[in-house]
Amino acid sequence: MNRATLPLVLGALLLVLFPLCLLAGQVWINPFDPAGANATVILAQLRLPRAVLAVVVGAGLGAAGAAMQGYLRNPLADPGLFGVAPLAALGAVLSLFAGYAVQPFVLPAMALAGAAGGMVLLALIASGPRTGLAGGVALFTLAGMMLSSLAGALTSLAISLAPNPFALTEIVTWLMGALTDRSWHDVALAAPLTALGLAVLWRAGPALDALTLGELAARSMGLDPATLRWMMVVGVGLVVGAGVAAAGVIGFVGLMVPHIVRPFTDRRPSSLLLPSALAGALLLLLADALCRCLPLAGGELRLGIALSLLGAPFFLHLLLRLRRGLA
Amino acid sequence: MDLVADAVTVVGRLREVRAGLAPGRLTVICGPNGAGKSTLLSALAGLVEPDGGRVCLGQHRLAELTARERAIAIGYLPQAGEVAWNVTVETLVRLGRLPHRTPARVDAAATMAALDALDLNALAAREVGTLSGGERARALLARVLAGQPRWILADEPLAALDLAHQQALLAHFRRLAGQGVGVVVVVHDLALAMNHADHVIVLDRGTVAANGPPHVALAEEVLSGVWGVNARWVGDGRTRALAIG
Repeated sequence: MNRATLPLVLGALLLVLFPLCLLAGQVWINPFDPAGANATVILAQLRLPRAVLAVVVGAGLGAAGAAMQGYLRNPLADPGLFGVAPLAALGAVLSLFAGYAVQPFVLPAMALAGAAGGMVLLALIASGPRTGLAGGVALFTLAGMMLSSLAGALTSLAISLAPNPFALTEIVTWLMGALTDRSWHDVALAAPLTALGLAVLWRAGPALDALTLGELAARSMGLDPATLRWMMVVGVGLVVGAGVAAAGVIGFVGLMVPHIVRPFTDRRPSSLLLPSALAGALLLLLADALCRCLPLAGGELRLGIALSLLGAPFFLHLLLRLRRGLA
Repeated sequence: MDLVADAVTVVGRLREVRAGLAPGRLTVICGPNGAGKSTLLSALAGLVEPDGGRVCLGQHRLAELTARERAIAIGYLPQAGEVAWNVTVETLVRLGRLPHRTPARVDAAATMAALDALDLNALAAREVGTLSGGERARALLARVLAGQPRWILADEPLAALDLAHQQALLAHFRRLAGQGVGVVVVVHDLALAMNHADHVIVLDRGTVAANGPPHVALAEEVLSGVWGVNARWVGDGRTRALAIG
């Protein structure tokens, strides 16, 4: 397939499906009869910000996943590996834990603070004494995974020490990730940060391509591992931090999307970035519309759950394919 | 421009290694396991910062060049021929253009030339995962050629190849040297070094044990001194073989 074809196809799909998804939900809106007084409110205040947020978060997670897989040269990597997402989640959970989240801006702010804390810790690790020739990437990633488990443990601690059943329910529900009842404020917060993160990841593209040949060959081609580490920390950190702040923890998008897209590209990490962003946006948009439509007692299916339901079998399929050496 | 190792010391690996390499020649680095061959090659490629001494490319210390200048001047082929993604041969070879940041048209031309030089045209659309060992080695070398470097440093490029492919790849190296490229190759097979090299550097426990034309650097006394084998050369010209024992 021509290099420009895939992004064009995905972009066109997004343009077509975006308005269609706006119509779907518990209340279906007839585009030829938008007379209902509520239709305008539902569209402008509820569904539009939600759909925009789905596109923003999905694009961020998709591209971050593609970048992470390229960086780690591992098809099983995802943006959560650096530990930024769990730390952002920890920040959000603490705001719920302390009951601060009654103010609408506190939760995303604390989530972003958590993500920033994670990025600073990673940067400190990254700028530490020079690691050996090989293994730099592995060491760095292990550090990220440790941050990740630490944040996970602290989140569990917060859950087990929840001051009242109300906070407990809030925390558990929030952790599942969703785009329900998000407003333009959330969009205004997540969109610029995600755009910035995407720009950084885009700049890292050539370096990720060079890494295809291994760390040593990449360095011989002028790659500076320290610069690339910084770009990854900042790019993935911004995108994932903004995503968690706006939508909670949404797994599997970063893992799945690059895999779906890869066979249609020349498989260089850099040519995966744009299609993965578009496909991630599409996936989240569709999954969120699906969540809105499915009738479920007491509300709607949480987006995070829906994607995990989709993602876990996909991951298994991937492992089986890898075992047969087909991936 | 000469590539010169001036008293290069890498702690635990190399001790005050001095070697001057001239372009247009095929230089072979050999030595027993652990002698520091790969370390010397990495230092010459600017990938290992020497703890003492320096590596110079012409007038400049390698460490003074920007990573990009260095990458354009020196092509390095690592020992582990890793290719993380199952890209096509053409995509792989084109990666060699990354340091140049030239227009796509120029990159495409250089890629074509590199594919041509290594008879890879028929395989250009093949995925790397489907190649044989010999084809893969050629594709990886073509990646280096696509960058059109003045120096090519290759770490044991012949190790995984059968006899015919070894000869073919060496012929490519010789041809490149004939075109004025400085070619430096780490080789284990002493007969290949003897028959094909213009210049041989023998390393032993981190120091230079012999340095000169192959018949001098790989003289029988050197073989017994460095490798501890009683061997003698038989045959003549480019068809000498090592008789051991």
